[in-house]
Amino acid sequence: MGVAPVTAHEVDYGDVQGLVRFGHGKLTEATYALLRVKQLEAARAWLRSAPVTSAIPTSPPPTTALQVAFTADGLEALGAPAAVRAGFSPEFLSGITDESRSRRLGDVGANDPSLWEWGGRAAVPHVLVAFFAAPGRLAGFVQAQTGEAWTSGFEPLRWLETSQLDGIEPFGFADGISQPELDWPQARDLGAARNEYGNTVALGEFLLGYRNEYDKYTDRPLLELDSRSAGLLPATDAPDKQDLGRNGTYLVVRQLRQDVASFWRFLNRLAGGDRARADELAAAFVGRTKAGVPLAAMQPAAGPGAPRKAEAVRLNQFTFDADPTGVRCPIGAHIRRANPRNTDYAGRPTGLARLLADLGLGRKVFREDLTSAVRFHRILRRGREYGPGLSPQDAVALDPPDRRERGLHFICLNANIARQFEFLQNAWMSSLKFAGLSWESDPLVGNREPVPGCPMSDAFTQPRDAGPAHVVTGLPRFVTVRGGAYFFLPSLRALRYLSGA
Amino acid sequence: MTPQTSFMVLAPVDPLREAELRLLLDSMNDAPGRLKKPCPLVPFHDFDTLHVARLFLVDDQTTGDVAVYGIAPRRYPLYLAFLGDVDGGADAFYAELARRAGEGLRALFSCCMGFGPGADLVDWMRAHHVGASASYVNWRGRTVTQVREEAALREALAVQVRTDGLDSRHLAPREVHRLLRAAVRQAQGAGRLPLSPEAATPIGHKARNLLHLVGVPLVLLLASPVLLVLALVALVRLRRLEKTDEEICPRSDPAASAELSRLEDHDVTNQFTAMGSLKPGPTRLFITRFVLLAIDYTARHIYTRGRLARVRTIHFARWVFIDERQRIIFLSNYDGSLESYMDDFINKVGFGLNLVFSNGIGYPRASFLVGGGSKDERKFKEYLRRHQVPTQVWYKAYPGLTAADLERNVRLRKGLEATELAEPEAREWVSLL
Repeated sequence: MGVAPVTAHEVDYGDVQGLVRFGHGKLTEATYALLRVKQLEAARAWLRSAPVTSAIPTSPPPTTALQVAFTADGLEALGAPAAVRAGFSPEFLSGITDESRSRRLGDVGANDPSLWEWGGRAAVPHVLVAFFAAPGRLAGFVQAQTGEAWTSGFEPLRWLETSQLDGIEPFGFADGISQPELDWPQARDLGAARNEYGNTVALGEFLLGYRNEYDKYTDRPLLELDSRSAGLLPATDAPDKQDLGRNGTYLVVRQLRQDVASFWRFLNRLAGGDRARADELAAAFVGRTKAGVPLAAMQPAAGPGAPRKAEAVRLNQFTFDADPTGVRCPIGAHIRRANPRNTDYAGRPTGLARLLADLGLGRKVFREDLTSAVRFHRILRRGREYGPGLSPQDAVALDPPDRRERGLHFICLNANIARQFEFLQNAWMSSLKFAGLSWESDPLVGNREPVPGCPMSDAFTQPRDAGPAHVVTGLPRFVTVRGGAYFFLPSLRALRYLSGA
Repeated sequence: MTPQTSFMVLAPVDPLREAELRLLLDSMNDAPGRLKKPCPLVPFHDFDTLHVARLFLVDDQTTGDVAVYGIAPRRYPLYLAFLGDVDGGADAFYAELARRAGEGLRALFSCCMGFGPGADLVDWMRAHHVGASASYVNWRGRTVTQVREEAALREALAVQVRTDGLDSRHLAPREVHRLLRAAVRQAQGAGRLPLSPEAATPIGHKARNLLHLVGVPLVLLLASPVLLVLALVALVRLRRLEKTDEEICPRSDPAASAELSRLEDHDVTNQFTAMGSLKPGPTRLFITRFVLLAIDYTARHIYTRGRLARVRTIHFARWVFIDERQRIIFLSNYDGSLESYMDDFINKVGFGLNLVFSNGIGYPRASFLVGGGSKDERKFKEYLRRHQVPTQVWYKAYPGLTAADLERNVRLRKGLEATELAEPEAREWVSLL
């Protein structure tokens, strides 16, 4: 372990957009501009001069940050040749609103892209510019960056404002507690990874041009060397090609409206008005208490890549191994669906036992092997809340209920949208059949659309220790998708290439 | 136990009638990938022994790949394939098909070569029957009737648990079992929730199965001196071939992928049809046949209870040789989306896939038949997508139910039928409710 493979190439942090490495947490103000390219040369000129934040840490830390990403339509609008664009992944090229994809993502019914406020089939942005700033500095920063070139180059489709809810998402839960840690030194031992749940994930899962959890390179545009592509880095796996993807990644945005009033009113009704009981039920939905304490039992030893800060350890040092039937943390709880914290093999067999497991000749436990190994399906979350806060108490008490627009601008980074974000959304969040369940999707984000042959799709199962599971039925849809798009978050070199520098 | 059988009818399409046939196939769907219910042309929903069925045009886009071996691509006819998995024998099912779907099948098959107006449907189907070289059944002996009865039982149990508040009361698991058992027996007394007893295993099947169980290893054992020599020769040649065989895994055509996608994810289960040409030469043919024999053997005698090695999402699957064993078709019915299926393939049974598919032209480089191959995620996914063929018409008798659902329901029924459960069994049983 720990011996760097000979193919490891040091990461040029100056080439990576800062968002991959930092959540810009200290920059509590943020806004995302969704733009259409109006005038090519002006747009390119703005992109060339934009102070895009890199992943190099600075001291003192910056008070502003800016990141840029493009949709497939955007690359076309910026004049990227068709042959170059064809090298991007199929899901990026066909976009999040492709009808077959919508079926898989649960974007049907009220979530149908035809109902979206942006990103739907008619209003696809070209460019995403994310502005981050320390308290009180956002307006000035935005103003300074949106001068002449901006106004002549872009037509704003929408500004996604964010709000600072002190790390609490709109339903009232601590958010962003668990994040994968990128293996920047590329020293991950993939052999050991099969039997160990850890937080460290191969760099190639989040950054194109590096080895992923399969020890392979994810597909991306590799270009012939010419005067334009000369500014790019060569591909590690094909040194005669210039790597447009290297140090870049894909960024998924989904605007998720959260009906906080309906969430707490439903729980309050279930709990018969008992606030503590409503909190308990809500914690079962989420898999954590509002403060973020996991329902699953803490584990004595930290796994590899486990966070080091005491608080983070307290909230993150657990798996569900000791709770296979979901008595402590329901199988269908939000955090268990989003990250089952499992390994390649249940029971972590070695030697002969692993051979038997491979051949399927081991024990015949009902839930065994029903959930894929999580290490191939991690995402790096970078979302921010929007809209006014609403406490659980007010959500229940206010009459008429406060139904102002609020929610999450869900943002995640991943190198393979189909295998990471889409798999997670499809097989784990939306599927009624996750881990052997039957009639329920994610208690928070599920769309509750009926599924042919299933008597219901709006249940939530709380397994009990010695007795039939307690089943809550009639969950309303708490989250509605209001917009979304797939973006390419280029490296700084790729950005220069795309903006014609 | 009622054994399951797979049937498959394969016939070349009359080129002059291809367009008409495509329209007929499309007319069976409400929308691409969504079969009409009822479907007048072939009333699939009326057959209570039919698990899954499909109709598709054997439209292989990769026949030109053989050119990498310096062999001129052969021009194969476009075939129509009609196949399914049924309880009981294929012959009995062909007869039932002729009886209930005669007119529609005649309309379909009349677009094929050699089907005249006077053709006897059953004889014709039998004459065009193509057997599988290996087939997998998720749960041998589980009939459509059993699946439906057990699904109804499970739903009834779920309702009963809630009505009686068993999900909030603190009763001993054995007491819960006793109460539910009594409730079901009461319902059955009133003619509801039938649970048909298992039918006797046909004696012929029993004998054939036993003969297969013992016979295959016996023949292999007897032939082992020859086989070992052959295997050694094959291995040496195989390694040479593996180092030089070309990979053909280009980026898949977006339009073709989109067409395949439109047919997917309309149920919790999907169909998968893929085909390609075998690498030329006797070594590959020998290996493929041997591997399929082994898969068929294990599927028949070992993987009979919900698991194909570690994979628990496949309802039915089969491998079929066509065109003098120059081409092979893989057909399956799996739970989840294609991306999940690929995940299962790569992460759980990569070695098993390599055993068969690495003998197909263009497969990502394998080593010693089991290594590599599917481990190259990107190439493997492109390879499979490129070889996938649209399945124009697909039927599954129990929408909304995954193989895991079916297994849970079997376990629930079995437990319910036990007069008395010991404490640990009772505990496990109630946890499935």
